[in-house]
Amino acid sequence: MKKIFLPLCLVAAVASLQSCKMKNTTSAVKGDADSKVYVAPGKYDEYYNFVSGGFNGQVSVYGLPSGRLLKLIPVFSVFPENGYGYSEETKAMLNTTIGQVPWDDQHHLDLSQTNGEQDGRWLFANANNTPRIARIDLKTFKTAEILQIPNSAGNHSSPFITENTEYVVAGTRFSVPLGAEDVPINSFKQNFHSTASFISVDKNSGHMAIAFQIVLPGMNLDLSHGGKGPSHDWFFFSSYNTEQAYTLLEVNASQKDKDYIVAVNWKKAEEYAKAGKGKKMAADYAHNTFDESKQIATSVIEHEVLLLDPKDCPDMVYMIPCPKSPHGCDIDPSGEYIVGSGKLAALIPVFSFSKMIKAIGSKQFEGDFQGIPIIKYEAALYGEVQKPGLGPLHTEFDGKGNAYTSMFLSSEVVKWNLKDLKVLDRAPTYYSVGHLMIPGGDTRKPGGKYLVAYNKITKDRFLPTGPELAQSAQLYDISGDKMQLLLDYPTIGEPHYAQACPASLIKDQQVKYYDINKNGNEFVTMGEKKTNVVRKGNRVDVYMTAIRSHLVPDNIEGVFVGDEIYFHVTNLEQDWDIPHGFAIKNNPNAELLIMPGETVTLKFSPQKQGIYPFYCTDFCSALHQEMSGYLRVSPKGSNTPLKFGTGDTAEAATAQK
Amino acid sequence: MVVPKDKTADQAATDAKGKGKFTEVKLTHPLDKAMLAKGKAVYDVKCSACHKLTGDKLVGPGWKGVTDRRKPEWIMNFVTNTDEMIDKDPAAQAMLEQCMVRMPNQHLSDEEARNVLEFMRDNDGKN
Repeated sequence: MKKIFLPLCLVAAVASLQSCKMKNTTSAVKGDADSKVYVAPGKYDEYYNFVSGGFNGQVSVYGLPSGRLLKLIPVFSVFPENGYGYSEETKAMLNTTIGQVPWDDQHHLDLSQTNGEQDGRWLFANANNTPRIARIDLKTFKTAEILQIPNSAGNHSSPFITENTEYVVAGTRFSVPLGAEDVPINSFKQNFHSTASFISVDKNSGHMAIAFQIVLPGMNLDLSHGGKGPSHDWFFFSSYNTEQAYTLLEVNASQKDKDYIVAVNWKKAEEYAKAGKGKKMAADYAHNTFDESKQIATSVIEHEVLLLDPKDCPDMVYMIPCPKSPHGCDIDPSGEYIVGSGKLAALIPVFSFSKMIKAIGSKQFEGDFQGIPIIKYEAALYGEVQKPGLGPLHTEFDGKGNAYTSMFLSSEVVKWNLKDLKVLDRAPTYYSVGHLMIPGGDTRKPGGKYLVAYNKITKDRFLPTGPELAQSAQLYDISGDKMQLLLDYPTIGEPHYAQACPASLIKDQQVKYYDINKNGNEFVTMGEKKTNVVRKGNRVDVYMTAIRSHLVPDNIEGVFVGDEIYFHVTNLEQDWDIPHGFAIKNNPNAELLIMPGETVTLKFSPQKQGIYPFYCTDFCSALHQEMSGYLRVSPKGSNTPLKFGTGDTAEAATAQK
Repeated sequence: MVVPKDKTADQAATDAKGKGKFTEVKLTHPLDKAMLAKGKAVYDVKCSACHKLTGDKLVGPGWKGVTDRRKPEWIMNFVTNTDEMIDKDPAAQAMLEQCMVRMPNQHLSDEEARNVLEFMRDNDGKN
């Protein structure tokens, strides 16, 4: 990222030629921008904005139009702040076939849809590095499921969905050999494959399962989107490096004039899978689910996937030539237009779905790519947007016949018309915009009011914070003919794609607390009477309760160096917004945040004799500072009896001595 | 409209019932054994952490004598409409000043609240 810093001035010069009146940073904001983003104290934002965290592996949630950060949802990275990935209940969520992976690179999000419209049920998130897909429950804003993807690397063109959330797809950025073959890197053409995995989603529970993997030639699948309406049965992936380079891709993967949009007929694929045209292959992958009623995650290792080879499945995959290493691959709300954004191209090709179908029918092909028919460029092309700007990356739609494309190199958002492909407006971004997002802008029903640009370079936009700067997001009003910049706000991690939906779609379905009477955790403590400390060998289970403002038991003795202590803390509160925390001195992992009615477990293995204070970390009441206790850890082999209690019971326990 | 003669006394009687939907709680005699058993179960999970059954204060006041100190309607309203009661009811506010912890709304259903009341009556030796 840093190396494009210097040429920026050059880019700015080019951009200023293109947009004859390049606004400077102060004149870009005018009029009533402040009143449009001001959300008064106590008022709510109009939209939930879910933003990928990039290298932080998490998902952040902002309110729009204020740009206020509402929450960070831990997904692929451990989160010591609330114990995610550390607590006994959540550890299994990050399990993979190579054990617990505590981090990932989270790039794209997709909200679940019914009939091509957001339905507010789930949010899907991808992990690039150790290929995984997560499902987040929008009633709890918690990660409910994580599925590892075998035969994959660089899980980039995911987690995009079909219009009824029938499938979530996962495509490979890095081609790799299938299985565990040991092959030379220079045998890329023969041995390396890209794959497009179709993961079915149970329409009631949301549970995911890999239905089939389509095996494609070695190349880099970049992004994807599902068809809509007439193109419902199809999925489209952009590709680059169809040169099949395996070294110095910067040069070697930019040789050809055109790469491809890969058009996959998933309905056909589904039929082939059912008809037994696939080949079963042994492949291990982890499938982790969080059980809300038992409040615990389990990890199961699956052992098999179904592969579909286009050679055995005619009419399932076609290639559409697309200029210059396309990045974004976006389908307009009508489902007719497929926009490929060649990041090195000086134009934006717009393909027509109906022309593509005709071209397939009349076999207007120009050869094949390792056996997959290539449709003639002109036969599928609707038209080209000429001179849109430099470095087109991603396109979203406003539902009013317009498309908006981010221009990385010329740092601008370009608005153009889908019918006549004329550029209508351009707005500068500060700087180097990557993804952009319109609420519902990738669905059949976009909300054409706002657009957010997620910029890769911040430079001078915020107070400097040493060498590493926050990424900047910029909010535009797109309700008029001209885009209006309203707001800059810093984001955390490195946002790539994002989603947003009207707040009304999900705000009233939020779980406020868990009903203690339905707490199915194996280690729940139903009231203080049931609190206990139980020893089995060197395992000590502490059944503890928390309520404003005391812990029971808060005095524990008879625990020894080398013991494995499990604090099962049940929050007895039954009201919204009253979590309790739990931390113990020198515990080398994390703390817990326990929501009302929930039980969460922290493991502690003291290595040294001593008195270990523990306490509530979440300021819960005027007597929060009093919400604490002591654990006495005696030397191994000593005979301190097991004693525990709180208040009278603690004193009585001590008196027994 | 008939204006009651002794308006202040009438108002005081209303205030003593607290704020909430319970304006008339019918007590039955003898105590309902099934209700008080259910009330005890609720007490064990949701109340006992802060309230003793004696008159001693723990986090909140002990329950001994509570059915003499408060109207049944006040108890039901306090348990089910906790936040409004703490914010507006003078007696509840006075208790907050003593205990310095807002009673958590433990989200008892109306039925659970009534069962707890029966358990309180039993604890106070009522029949």
